[in-house]
Amino acid sequence: MSILVDENTRLLVQGISGREGSFHTQRCLEYGTKVVAGVSPGKGGSKVLGVPVFNTVERATRETGANASIIFVPAAFAADAVLEAADAGISLVVCITEGIPTFDMIPLLYYLRHTNTRLIGPNCPGVISPGKCKAGLMAGDIHMPGGVGVVSRSGTLTYEVVAQLTALEVGQSTCVGIGGDPLLGSTFIDILNLFEQDTQTSAVVLIGEIGGTMEQEAAEFIQKNMSKPTIAFVAGSTAPPGRRMGHAGAIISGSSGKAQQKITALATAGVTIAESPAKVGITTKKVLEEKTKRLFI
Amino acid sequence: MKIHEYQAKAIMSQYGIPVPQGGVAGTAAEAKEIAAQLGGEVAIKAQVYAGGRGKAGGIKLAPSAQEAAKLVAEMLGKNLVTHQTSPQGVPIDRVLVEQAIEAEGEFYLGIAIDGSAQLPVMMASSAGGMDIEEVAQKSPEKITKIYLEPAIGFQPFQGRKLAEAMGMDPSLVRPATELMANLYRLFWGKDCSLAEINPLVITKQTELVAIDAKLNFDDNALFRHPDIAQLHDPRQEDAMEAQAASWGVKNYVKLNGNIGCLVNGAGLAMSILDLLTLSGGSSANFLDIGTVNTTERVVNAFKILTADPKVKAVLVNIFGGMARVDVIAQGIEEAYRQMDIRVPLVVRLAGTNVEQGRRILAESGIKFIAAQDLAEAGRLAVEAAKIS
Repeated sequence: MSILVDENTRLLVQGISGREGSFHTQRCLEYGTKVVAGVSPGKGGSKVLGVPVFNTVERATRETGANASIIFVPAAFAADAVLEAADAGISLVVCITEGIPTFDMIPLLYYLRHTNTRLIGPNCPGVISPGKCKAGLMAGDIHMPGGVGVVSRSGTLTYEVVAQLTALEVGQSTCVGIGGDPLLGSTFIDILNLFEQDTQTSAVVLIGEIGGTMEQEAAEFIQKNMSKPTIAFVAGSTAPPGRRMGHAGAIISGSSGKAQQKITALATAGVTIAESPAKVGITTKKVLEEKTKRLFI
Repeated sequence: MKIHEYQAKAIMSQYGIPVPQGGVAGTAAEAKEIAAQLGGEVAIKAQVYAGGRGKAGGIKLAPSAQEAAKLVAEMLGKNLVTHQTSPQGVPIDRVLVEQAIEAEGEFYLGIAIDGSAQLPVMMASSAGGMDIEEVAQKSPEKITKIYLEPAIGFQPFQGRKLAEAMGMDPSLVRPATELMANLYRLFWGKDCSLAEINPLVITKQTELVAIDAKLNFDDNALFRHPDIAQLHDPRQEDAMEAQAASWGVKNYVKLNGNIGCLVNGAGLAMSILDLLTLSGGSSANFLDIGTVNTTERVVNAFKILTADPKVKAVLVNIFGGMARVDVIAQGIEEAYRQMDIRVPLVVRLAGTNVEQGRRILAESGIKFIAAQDLAEAGRLAVEAAKIS
């Protein structure tokens, strides 16, 4: 198993003819992802990298059996693209686009509650199930198949952590970048829940950061519902309060957004904390070794 | 994006929210004229992008136009230092002169986005005129919240609920509800991230007036509000941050350490700050170079980093994904060609097109210290900053 994407994923790329869209379509194809269709309004009937292009998601889905979509369209049109995918019945939508206005996101997320579509992102690096399917921006070769699920609010920090895991020969079941925005389609809890149910996943690495209360909510969920060991790192312990640190969500206001509050909540819930971003890999390896030892005693 | 109080009041007024009569002045003479026109006692309010003005001497009362001119002359051209600003403070270039209002009652009214609920939330409190974050911490029961769902927006019953919770006189419920509806219309219509009236007061004539007004806007939606975007006042920001933004380096935050950092990705950039602290050093800045497709942005980032006299070493940590390592390497090469950079450079590269990137740097002739992984990058940068 694995979560969200696997060998049965038939990926559709919305915004396939743009610069980023075509570059990453190629990388996904090279990784072995089944990219079955592209959508680019007005360019229906053409092909990009051998992938047939359609004017609408509805038509693309009907003709190719696409069951997941990745979105590269510009911020001003991205919410519309997600809605179009949801309307066409696509069950998984990964929205890479950064900078979508809040008031485009609010009605969108409200609408999605009434559908069966799961949104990952926006402002995220996407999802990869190593060896099966890559629907995202991450370099495929830093991953290796295995049992650790990774869920993160960051892009490049996730690559860093994955590279540490792979260097220690700790493989991954699925790596999910949920995005750096304050308003997201999927939260830590949504993804933790999927990892808990996934038979391939034996442990989970959670990478949080300052801002919001998503880590505290995750901690509460872990305490109540997770049987699998969880390892966490929270970025931004040394960030000055009140300043936006790149990610729109990464601003500390009040005390709840602080890294220390999040770390305390996670530690209290039984999560193993990696103190340094350079030690997430080794901390995870140790937790897995402990788990194996316990099994044999 | 933030705007000044006088601008926020002008927008609120357009949306039918009552604000005191007054005008903005850039000189003592202008202030005198406005005060004379208003007559009676006036309030002089420094126009800066920071709260806590009252305690810092940024808000004063003047009994006459003569006195107003004198107070304004003292205020203008100075920097105001409040608990929300840097120790240097922010410049007072303009003041708002408005009629002083005697309040019979003070309330708090605000709208913000609740990330967990994924909805706008309207908050009201009888504890007006105080620091609302402090109220939220010490006596949360004094704040009443209602969530605004996109399908129905703000409804009159919600206004009645909030007015009652604030303990308003029944005669004020209707105007208060109307004011709340207008504030929500503004919040949604102008893509705000925060709309706050603190305090909202009842005058002796039992009318509601917004004495202070704060509006913040969603940066991502400014493209649909060119009228709002042009209100931005770069003088209220850190000079280096404003310079960085004008060069396309948008995610730069000035800090107090001595290691200049150039990183791609916000989460990784934050982690580097943490790592440097854990390694016994400290960062001069947060800088997320973003998705780099041009060498120019890298060059500009180096200009920003090396313009800070505190910087004793530069750490470049790139994990290519959407950004490509070879482009960053070309940018570094270009920066060294254009500038005379004396501080030591520590570089750690990984990810998309890393081999090409490493080759470019190795062949460039630039003196740099190569780090193999994150831990080593942190350690070497701290050592380099200590020696130089």
